[in-house]
Amino acid sequence: MSNNRGHLMIKTALHAGRIMIESGSEVARVEDTINRIAINAGFPDSKVYVTITGMMMSISGEENAQIEPVSSRTIDLEKISLVNDYSRQFAAGSISLEQFDDLLTKLEQNPPYFSFWLQLISAGLVSGTLEVVFRNNYQDFLITCVIGLIGWAVFYGVNQLARVRFLSEFLASVAIGAMAILAVRANLGNSVDDIIIGSVMPLVPGVPLTNAVRDILAGDLVSGIARGIEALMSAIAIGSGIAMILQVL
Amino acid sequence: MIELVTDLILTYIATITFGILLNVPRRGLNMAGWIGTLSYLAYKLCMLTSLGMALSNLIGALLIGILSMQTARFKKMPVINFNIPALVPFVPGGQAYQMVKNFALGDNSLALSYLLQVVIIAGAIAFGFLLAELFNRLQARLMLKLSSRWRHENRHNPRL
Repeated sequence: MSNNRGHLMIKTALHAGRIMIESGSEVARVEDTINRIAINAGFPDSKVYVTITGMMMSISGEENAQIEPVSSRTIDLEKISLVNDYSRQFAAGSISLEQFDDLLTKLEQNPPYFSFWLQLISAGLVSGTLEVVFRNNYQDFLITCVIGLIGWAVFYGVNQLARVRFLSEFLASVAIGAMAILAVRANLGNSVDDIIIGSVMPLVPGVPLTNAVRDILAGDLVSGIARGIEALMSAIAIGSGIAMILQVL
Repeated sequence: MIELVTDLILTYIATITFGILLNVPRRGLNMAGWIGTLSYLAYKLCMLTSLGMALSNLIGALLIGILSMQTARFKKMPVINFNIPALVPFVPGGQAYQMVKNFALGDNSLALSYLLQVVIIAGAIAFGFLLAELFNRLQARLMLKLSSRWRHENRHNPRL
């Protein structure tokens, strides 16, 4: 009987961990959450090993460790917060282990997103406002908003089609560069540099970069370096897209 | 002066909208915006008193790290909800772009000088976060000694 409960505990904990890593959490937080779940379920001596591509977990003194691969990584901070909330509720005893697992499955089936239109408008506003903050160029505010919005739409669309983040970033930055140069040629804007700097901002890999530093500081060297490479690849994809279009046009 | 105020308002909007792109929960968006605005104000004031680029970025990042942790404890939400959106106005986007542009156009020496600026700013931000982490741990240690409620809430936390 205790073995059955242990099995359910490992399944729930790994499920929670996979959702958190897939949504872009740092490794130390995942380990912490899994350990808390194990302790609160009555298995204080369980062991867990987490990297950003997979997790292993076992209860000390029993056979049958379990493995959970993590194949896709996106950015969704709301999911991390929700798993965090569920873990707190479980620790407080207001939900059982079975309910916890059900809630996680439900969270995965219909994740709470901001609507696509709100995301588009946000991308436009990020571009325009940061262009003004960085460059003090008030004339190009509106055109930067529009180009940033279209750039994010390209990024989102290609990501839906191909599911390769680097490719989407590359194509989006090519589109942004081309539109910025054409807009200035058509006298819609003044400075190609300022428009591109603003429009690229929604694509900046902020989450992998911050997590890479945090992981390395926390001693999770494998995950930290892997994430650093991820951030570097994103930066190279964006940079080479812009560089290519600047050389061609 | 007016420029500073408009910059701050725009920073607030930029932080919140970047939070929406990362899907930060609604109840955390406003606080993320305020943290971004406050630390950008500190950064701007440091720049105005000519403390230099590196130290200003370090102070800004330090403030982000400390404020984010306090908010995360107060709201009981993961700290990355606050520090990643708040970091957006500090990204050395202008320098990174100039670097890429000058490499593409063949002016390597100018590109290298921009690359150095990017490295300095990124390093300053990373060290700011490191110092903030130090502060947060010291605070946690102190609170563990002083408050029994803290000891109860954090009795299973292996990092303390």
